[in-house]
Amino acid sequence: MSDTPRDLHYTESHEWVRIENDDTVLVGVTDHAQHQLGDLVFVELPDMHLTLEKGDEMSVVESVKTAADVYSPISGTVIEINNQLSEQPDLINQDPYGRGWICRIKPDNLEELDELLDADNYEKIISEEH
Amino acid sequence: MPFIPHTENDIADMLAAIGVSKIDDLFDEIRSEIPVATLNHMPEGMCESDMTRLLTERMPDFKWGSCFIGAGSYEHFIPAAVWDIVTRGEFYTAYTPYQPEASQGTLEVIYEYQSMMAELMAMEVSNASLYDGASAMVEAVLMALRIQKNNAHKILVPKNLHPHYRDVLKSILNYHPFELIEWDYDKKSGRVDVTQLQKINKDEFAAVIVTQPNFFGVIEETDTLTQLIHEKNALIIAVVNPIAMALLNPPGKWGNHGADIVCGEGQPLGVPMAGGGPYFGFLCCRKKDIRQLPGRIVGRTHDAQGRQGFVLTLQAREQHIRRAKATSNICTNQGLLVTAATIYMRLLGAKGLHEVAKKCLENTEKLKKLLSAVNGVKILFDAPTFHEFAIQCEKPIEDIIVAMKKNHLQAGFVLKNNYPELQNSLLVCVTETKRDKDLEKYQGILQ
Repeated sequence: MSDTPRDLHYTESHEWVRIENDDTVLVGVTDHAQHQLGDLVFVELPDMHLTLEKGDEMSVVESVKTAADVYSPISGTVIEINNQLSEQPDLINQDPYGRGWICRIKPDNLEELDELLDADNYEKIISEEH
Repeated sequence: MPFIPHTENDIADMLAAIGVSKIDDLFDEIRSEIPVATLNHMPEGMCESDMTRLLTERMPDFKWGSCFIGAGSYEHFIPAAVWDIVTRGEFYTAYTPYQPEASQGTLEVIYEYQSMMAELMAMEVSNASLYDGASAMVEAVLMALRIQKNNAHKILVPKNLHPHYRDVLKSILNYHPFELIEWDYDKKSGRVDVTQLQKINKDEFAAVIVTQPNFFGVIEETDTLTQLIHEKNALIIAVVNPIAMALLNPPGKWGNHGADIVCGEGQPLGVPMAGGGPYFGFLCCRKKDIRQLPGRIVGRTHDAQGRQGFVLTLQAREQHIRRAKATSNICTNQGLLVTAATIYMRLLGAKGLHEVAKKCLENTEKLKKLLSAVNGVKILFDAPTFHEFAIQCEKPIEDIIVAMKKNHLQAGFVLKNNYPELQNSLLVCVTETKRDKDLEKYQGILQ
């Protein structure tokens, strides 16, 4: 059973969002997603200062078997990227909600997050996948 | 096949069983007046290429012909062993097998090929090949546009790049939002016009194509060009002749940082001209850009028991996994031709390849000298060339071609169809296959 922290927002395409104290957000892929992908060997990080619309492709995560796009869960600007993933892409496997974060986004409008799923609804979706 | 000898008694028993008195009687239906070949007329020591030439010339009812057309497809001597090995049952398929890891031998050949190409080009990575030189170049351009971060949409394309390559590029880029800008050449030297490059703005171009040698056979000043292009924040796509790279500075060493992507036609490496194909394209890049490199890549690894093995690697970029997001629609390679190239390079070795390139250059310089002494013939460009050069004639070019044909010579590639400004001009190619008598014959007819 994969882990789904209560305090995060989720997308149907398996990204998570955490609101930080300064109203910026951290974005990553869920524990369920990393299980499905298997051992990650490469993460293509978004460029700094990239402006994103909600749903834009922002990153690619690649395992030995497959590669998947990561979509931005919110509109905004990339203000920080997790460069450690270039050296250790498997941080996403080990700690998807912590050291495996992908980037920090300054959102245009935090209210956009209301359209996302809460932990219960996300769990419901992934249980229906099986 | 084991060797099983027969004793005299065995032979006698067998002959008795079929009612024949001696072995020669088994062949008595062959007429005795058929001439018997002897090797008396062969010199004691002779290299394979000389012997092949001599025996071909001795063939009855066969007029020795000689081809001076290059223009993208080049005649080189291919040792008989190359295609003898290629056509062995173990290799004789045009495809990477679809259960690739079951075919360790095939993968090992591709791995060797990649290693040799990367070394020849002084680059870090090579793929397992693409369809031909032109398609490899288009893939190199698409790759550059994916790597390039400056958001530029223009590509600088030399006019002295092979006309067919320019056509293929136009056909494919037609459906992409990119702009191809023509890069003119200097009419005196035949080289690209450096002032045009100097005038472009920083970040205006995503990539610039540089050929070595260019379509006119002229050697470009690649160090200077590389420095200028990198100053403009554009990527360098090198389109090179692989044989020439055994002699000239390879693209990985151009300027301070080298070319970014290297591609070209692999046919000169052991593949016959064969009327235009099948050939293969090569494509090399830096390790940092490997995820944008299309086509198959074979890697070397170890299995769970520590034994060496070969695998298709980085397949997550490829069409069968990434579907529409793949780096390219190409998901295969020219396996058979790459096998020939690998065996060709292995048989010649680095030294042999260097000698081929040197001989090409020497022969070309000899013919150039012979032709510059002919009245009414002008060497078109004054910059140094590799194994091809352009001439302009006072006599109508059509007459020259007919006269050459009568003497079993293919005179060269007529330039005016692709370059209307170069009337009455021929692109003449001379490789290591030519002998002095061929060059003198060419000069004789032109006189």
